[in-house]
Amino acid sequence: MLSLKNISFDADDEKGKVSIIKNLSLDIEAQKFTVVTGPNGSGKSTLARIIAGIEKPTAGEIKFFGKDITDSSITERANMGISFAFQQPVRFKGISVIDLLRLASKKNLGRGEACDYLSEVGLCARDYVDREVNSSLSGGELKRIEIATVMARSAKLTIFDEPEAGIDLWSFQNLIGIFQNMRKNIKDSAIMIISHQERILEIADEIVVLTAGEIEKKGEGKLILPEILKSQSRANCGRTLNTEAC
Amino acid sequence: MELNSIQMNILKEVAALEGIPKGAYNIRSNGELAGRASSANIEITTKTDLPGIDIRIKPNTKNESVHIPVVLSESGLKETVYNDFYVGDNADVVIVAGCGISNCGGKDSEHDGVHRFFLGKNAKIKYVEKHYGEGDGAGKRILNPVTELTLDEGSSAILEMVQIKGVDSTNRKTVATLKKDASLIVRERLMTHGNQSAYSIYDVALDGENSSADVVSRSVARDSSYQKLDLALKGNAPSKGHTECDSIIMDNGKILAVPSLEANDTDAMLVHEAAIGKIAGEQLIKLMTLGLTEKEAEEAIINGFLK
Repeated sequence: MLSLKNISFDADDEKGKVSIIKNLSLDIEAQKFTVVTGPNGSGKSTLARIIAGIEKPTAGEIKFFGKDITDSSITERANMGISFAFQQPVRFKGISVIDLLRLASKKNLGRGEACDYLSEVGLCARDYVDREVNSSLSGGELKRIEIATVMARSAKLTIFDEPEAGIDLWSFQNLIGIFQNMRKNIKDSAIMIISHQERILEIADEIVVLTAGEIEKKGEGKLILPEILKSQSRANCGRTLNTEAC
Repeated sequence: MELNSIQMNILKEVAALEGIPKGAYNIRSNGELAGRASSANIEITTKTDLPGIDIRIKPNTKNESVHIPVVLSESGLKETVYNDFYVGDNADVVIVAGCGISNCGGKDSEHDGVHRFFLGKNAKIKYVEKHYGEGDGAGKRILNPVTELTLDEGSSAILEMVQIKGVDSTNRKTVATLKKDASLIVRERLMTHGNQSAYSIYDVALDGENSSADVVSRSVARDSSYQKLDLALKGNAPSKGHTECDSIIMDNGKILAVPSLEANDTDAMLVHEAAIGKIAGEQLIKLMTLGLTEKEAEEAIINGFLK
């Protein structure tokens, strides 16, 4: 579905050019739930933002269903069927949850339908549908609304950038349930999640481990996960990967 | 008097009226009375000394409304109108004002409405004022409203004032004095575009014990427009006051926010917040990832902000 070929991304910092992504090639396939994991600073979020069109790669080519989208704008990619859930959801003064869901679905959603999306992410819909997406909402509430808007788009490819970041333990349990459901109902679409969480990695059909801007390893989830856990355990002096929410 | 389609459209824009309103009303069109009705509890009479009307609302009047829209569709018309509202004790009413100018001609059209409100003890009003301009003539559309409120003990006023489109120049002045336990809530929404200029000046005096005011102005300045927001709050007694100007600036717009707080009592709690900034890049990007173009994203953000 999505094919990244020889993607590089350089950023400028005080020391000069820093290479964030190095000549990376990767295919994201339909009907698969792919989790991209790796240490902080390995370029995971940059990769997600490059796919959504928010960042432009320094070199390389991106194809979506065979079409070269390297130079396509964020809007064009969105309308082709790429959806992106922010790590830190954006707040809007005056825009209500239902407004956002309507913008996302491109339909004049009724309250009932809007409530269905919110219920799916574990929000008591009636309390939220008219709330403004502003600073009165907690981080966890915003995160769930962000996921609901992305679900409302029913895109071909949905990318989540660390959905667990900033979510409390209770919400995290629900979040896992949401992703398990998404996996079940994936049909012809594809899901790509940037995550550090073992519970999310457990759902993965495919796992990609990114280190310093390069793919360290990738493969079937059930084969890669035990390897990651083993190496994590060594790196953490016997402690295992975060099994709970951060 | 019959209203033509331009006039009816303006009525719809400023007062959400599709026809003659229910209850008491006074419609002024091109400097003349176009229709009036008093009700059992609300009496509207023409002033004898100045152009304008007196609106007398009997004590204990509840769940009634007064509509006093003004329509200007003749180019070159300039008028100053004085409307006084006497709201009886314990009354609870909605007042819908608003002025629309359609100026397709070459001369300036101007309506300066001076509205004075005298609220009796424990009276409540919700005052909705919407200003609107249309027409592509070179003549300017000018609105200079003055709103003066005198709030007696225990009374409260909620003001919703909106000017979103088409008014070339505006100089708005809102003055309020509050007695014991009185409260004032203002929600102002302002958008300027083209070469428009808007001045919005507030002067609120919290004179009575336990009086409170909450004035929030949200504005957007686009193109080459200019705005000056001047919010002055005086705490002359144990009281609570909050003012906020929150502005989005775009293109070559300019905004000057001049907040001022004056406390003349140790128990006056006054707070001001002011923020001016462009639309956050992340907000645009978020909406673009939902498939909106940058322009559509901008509009959606502004529409929400001014809602």
